[in-house]
Amino acid sequence: MVTLKELSTEELFASGHRLCAGCGEGIINRMTMKALRGPTIIVAATGCSEVATTIYPYTSWRVSWVHVAFENAAAVASGIVEAYRAMARRGAWNRHVDVIAMAGDGGTYDIGIQALSGALERGHDFLYICYDNEAYMNTGIQRSGATPHGADTTTSPAGSVIPGKPEWKKDLIGICAAHGIEYAATASPAYWSDYITKVRKGIEVNGPAVIDVLSPCPLGWRHDSARSIELVRLAVETRYFPIYEVERGKYKLNLNISKPKPVEEFLKAQGRFAHLFKPEYRKDVIDEIQLNVDANWNRILKLCTQN
Amino acid sequence: MTIVGLTGDEAVAHAVKQSKADIVAAYPITPQTIMVERFSKYVADGEVHTGYVCVESEHSALSACVGASLTGARVFTATASQGLALMHEMLYIASGLRCPIVMGVANRALSAPINIHGDHSDMMASRDSGWVQIYAEDAQEAYDWTLLAFKLAEDKDVQLPLSVNLDGFIISHSMEGVDVLEDEAVVQFLQTRKPPFTIDPEKPVTVGALCLPDYYFEFKRQQVEAMANVCGVLEKACREYKGIAGRNYGALEAFGMEDAQAAIVCLGSTAGTAREVARKLRAQGKKVGVIKPWLYRPFPTEEIISASKRVKALAVLDRAVSFGAPYGALCSDIVSALYSLRESPRIFNVVYGLGGRDIQPSDIEVVFNEALEAAERGVIRQETMFLGERE
Repeated sequence: MVTLKELSTEELFASGHRLCAGCGEGIINRMTMKALRGPTIIVAATGCSEVATTIYPYTSWRVSWVHVAFENAAAVASGIVEAYRAMARRGAWNRHVDVIAMAGDGGTYDIGIQALSGALERGHDFLYICYDNEAYMNTGIQRSGATPHGADTTTSPAGSVIPGKPEWKKDLIGICAAHGIEYAATASPAYWSDYITKVRKGIEVNGPAVIDVLSPCPLGWRHDSARSIELVRLAVETRYFPIYEVERGKYKLNLNISKPKPVEEFLKAQGRFAHLFKPEYRKDVIDEIQLNVDANWNRILKLCTQN
Repeated sequence: MTIVGLTGDEAVAHAVKQSKADIVAAYPITPQTIMVERFSKYVADGEVHTGYVCVESEHSALSACVGASLTGARVFTATASQGLALMHEMLYIASGLRCPIVMGVANRALSAPINIHGDHSDMMASRDSGWVQIYAEDAQEAYDWTLLAFKLAEDKDVQLPLSVNLDGFIISHSMEGVDVLEDEAVVQFLQTRKPPFTIDPEKPVTVGALCLPDYYFEFKRQQVEAMANVCGVLEKACREYKGIAGRNYGALEAFGMEDAQAAIVCLGSTAGTAREVARKLRAQGKKVGVIKPWLYRPFPTEEIISASKRVKALAVLDRAVSFGAPYGALCSDIVSALYSLRESPRIFNVVYGLGGRDIQPSDIEVVFNEALEAAERGVIRQETMFLGERE
């Protein structure tokens, strides 16, 4: 794990961008840049980070950065990786370029999963980072395949009959790992050293790598922007968001939470779950979420011990 | 001169091989499939250095092409019909990011009902996407235009994506004798791509930024200007190409237009049939001609005016329907182009060949006769003629 002293003081992601106060994506962008090892191109999907960091004629990026569309960051990255390899074959290029695709959970779990699956299957040497803020935040908080059960979003609103999103979150890392890729991991920006180490690892492996990093969204999660990092730490401490990695199919738990806090603590800190507490205390839904958290933790533990 | 037997699709694949494209990213679809099948064999046999990205959809094909093109690589893709429709979003991004990608399109009808045969509904639905569009008449033209395409698209004054269109099955799958250039002649003609900018990480750039109302308009205007530069660049490239290949190309080909009273305007393979019928009718003393635009976008307005200023009646053949519009796409463009003339020819629209419906010389003769009659009487049918439709 990387230490604070080992981190570069160079800021390749500049301040002055227009992301919200407390947004996880700005923090994640900056940390990601700290993990680079050389010439790098970032491929961004459409989303908050793209919209708020590159408003023409300004940019926050001191590395080459490309945005093409919403659903295709992995496909664009494929083209870039293979183009440099082809140009090297004809002697027109002689340097290695690291390519990192960055997309939200909308661009990853949902509309972009086909392009991601194709790129993973083809085995291009690139890293894919999903900023997982658990909904389409850029368009105003609509539910995604990453939105947790019970969350109130504008397309899964908490109503008098349905208490928020009825479905459960997709297992993105399981889906990616099933492609037989080199490396897949989850991360939380509250554990910066773990995240930066994982980004570096994802860059270094020879082949595709995927990181799903939990990204707090004060607007969408409806929490105090000063508590963003605290919340994504609580997500880990409650076992709501387990931190693990899958190296060539082998699962490894990176942060063991031996005495988990109840998931209720994580839920009650956010407005998106407020309807589970007021006007009526929905113990049934909260218990259901707790059961799911426990089952998911046990499932991952089991995968880790199977190695 | 080397004559080889090639289908239209194979001719395109051969030209792409000789162009030394760095990246081919494509998804198979009938009737384009042979292009990518042949090309993947070149890769498998080590005949090319090209990276062949065998993507999982046409949307990803063009996405990978955009990424590759931004690195400065020479890039090709191919598609048809539903595949082109799936690419639609990316078509505008490829042109907006000024990626000179060359795409072979084996034109095919759009669903529904599903149909695999040739018509122009696929590319016509994409005509405002900022791509330069070329229509080839036969396999030879498909070959020649694929080479010219790289020259044109990658020119510093153009920097736009380009589609080379060939009628599905009629050209894509028909074998002809194609005169192919020596590899070295193609290398000399095309050189390597010299992009004005790339995403080289040593010189960081931001590409694809968000442009709000304060800048978006100016980006679109630059694309308009780039399109306007195409005709001049094309003329120069065709002159150079004639020097090495001996074949004459330009924005359009006019046959018999020096004295024609009535003429047909059409794209692609139908022009060959129209020319043969015109030859026969001219031998009978009937003054008819044919205008075949090679270049459809940008629309060669000046050349169309110049070719048709003496003609009295024009029949414009559209192999696609523009539902609810006064005319098909090609006819609308011809009417607009000639509107400024003091004495514009009489124009009527013919829709034909949808879903690969065959067009016979006798069908073409019906059109010529109607146009000749209109030229003589000065009155013309107002309604669209649906040629070859079952009674």
